[in-house]
Amino acid sequence: MTLDRRSFLKLVGAGAGAAGAAGLPMIGMAAELMPKSGRRVVVVGGGYGGTIAAKYVRMLDKSIEVVMIERNKQFVSCPFSNFYIAGLTNDMNSLTIGYDKLAANHGVKMVYAEVTGIDPAAKKVVTDQGTLDYDRLIVSPGIDFRTEEIEGYDAKTAEIFPHAWKAGAQSTLLRNQLQSMKDGGTVIISMPLTPYRCPPGPYERSCLIAHYLKTHKPKSKLILLDANPDVVSKKPLFTKAWSTYYKDNFQYIGGKKITKADTGAKLVSVEGIEDFKGDVINLIPPQRAGDIAVKAGLVGDDKKWCPVDAVSFESTKHKGIHVIGDATALPSDGPPMPKSGYSANSQAKVCAMNVVNLLNGKETIEFSGINVCYSAISDHESVSIAQVFKLEGGKIKSSATAISPADFSLGKAEHAYGESWLKNILTEMST
Amino acid sequence: MTMKWKGWALATGALAFSATAMAAPPSAEMISFACAGCHGTNGGSAGLTMPSLASQSKTAIVDAMKKFKSGERPSTVMGRLAKGYTDADFDAMATFFSKQKFHPTTQAVNAAKVKKGEALQEANCSRCHLEDGKEGKDDTPVMASQWLPYLQMQMDLYQSGARKMPEKMAEKVKPLSKEDLDALLHFYASVK
Repeated sequence: MTLDRRSFLKLVGAGAGAAGAAGLPMIGMAAELMPKSGRRVVVVGGGYGGTIAAKYVRMLDKSIEVVMIERNKQFVSCPFSNFYIAGLTNDMNSLTIGYDKLAANHGVKMVYAEVTGIDPAAKKVVTDQGTLDYDRLIVSPGIDFRTEEIEGYDAKTAEIFPHAWKAGAQSTLLRNQLQSMKDGGTVIISMPLTPYRCPPGPYERSCLIAHYLKTHKPKSKLILLDANPDVVSKKPLFTKAWSTYYKDNFQYIGGKKITKADTGAKLVSVEGIEDFKGDVINLIPPQRAGDIAVKAGLVGDDKKWCPVDAVSFESTKHKGIHVIGDATALPSDGPPMPKSGYSANSQAKVCAMNVVNLLNGKETIEFSGINVCYSAISDHESVSIAQVFKLEGGKIKSSATAISPADFSLGKAEHAYGESWLKNILTEMST
Repeated sequence: MTMKWKGWALATGALAFSATAMAAPPSAEMISFACAGCHGTNGGSAGLTMPSLASQSKTAIVDAMKKFKSGERPSTVMGRLAKGYTDADFDAMATFFSKQKFHPTTQAVNAAKVKKGEALQEANCSRCHLEDGKEGKDDTPVMASQWLPYLQMQMDLYQSGARKMPEKMAEKVKPLSKEDLDALLHFYASVK
């Protein structure tokens, strides 16, 4: 059957309304995109998690067909986008990957489409281009924002108070705002309560924007409003960087949860009692699993994150659907794996192995994974956290976690290693 | 776990939701795949300061990991990561990477230095660094096609004394000039 895009969307929209919370569009009416012959894994989302899951399923078992659905032709990395925002790199080329080589090298079939629903009973993914059947589905949806928790936040707010917490146009917007701000202006970064994507990210951003202001707009100042009572990531390192390099133009204030945004008055406020005015306001709203995970009923009782099994990453809400990356709530013993690109990469491999094992009727294998995150503290120094995670008593637990020495003696070396980290992880995702 | 239980679980569909309890301990692949985020898929590095692990000898990897863990070998994140693994884990990852195909790279090198380095390698290093540094044997790492910035960083660590040279290597390196060593590294980087 043929159906043009607009009328299909109308049908899907109507169906979603009728199906209610389950978010099941009227899949009976949508065209099947690629009829399934053998065993098929469908991957939703081509970011840090999805690309790796797709690639490793194919690496582990060529007899399994893998279809990856992604809405964009290119992916822009959030890690290292702070360099671009703060003017330390001139474009996003080093952050951007396409999918052609991944598809050609591993036989991953790409479908560029928007996923509008998932039917776990029929094992079907619904997209704006048609439906796809699967034997197992891996969803790597990243994050979306709980903007409803900020009064006055509407569809236009992010255009004026960019979050720049998804890289691309938003990064450019924040960068441009910083560059066109007059010297003597005030920049505000507002960051949400944990858990959110990339725990050290807002602190790295504060260092690099403070560095930009110090270098180019020395009369300006930066305020970081942290909804958390205190620094939640690499604390000794960031506090040292702030006091060493940025004490004249930077202020950290903890316990400031932004509850209202006023783009007209250029201010954000805390519980209606305290206002912060800024010339540039980088408002990073609180977060939850990406929209499709919410629509498909994959989020838990908190309505935010997706509970999964710690071995297979299979959703505890719907059989046959696995969730990886930022969107997950993993059973954890002690501090959980951070919502980072490296965590998503590592989880994707564990998930891919066990999806293949399950499809082949083999025993699943326990988790062993890594998280390594570099954060720049200036234009030539970086710090890091390195962690190993293993399964213990059905939960994921760190067997080693440590940050860089606080004397920054490794700062220059880690700056170079950080660059190689980006090169390797993006190459792994795209080839 | 008995087969009987597994069969029952499969038959009733309980397997998927009791996967945690049923899972086997991490395999060599499970442990090693996680390293690829920094060292490249199957240990073939694309990052200029990161070594390729593919085709390294098992002994060389275990030796490096143990030295990272004890702090004998200086590092940034490797010492911290090594502490999260057991000797059995080191053995598993070393076995995995030793079985991967050699990872050739294409990089800008100085032709005159390469030529000079080739002669120096033949005269000084070839007894341990076999096949122009392409073959890893015992605790000797694969040098060929490693990225020049990585090789230079390691040589700096050796020269400063932060990383300890094996005795045989120290003997050979001592008479060589800074230019000689630079030429050697250009040579190794050029070998495919």
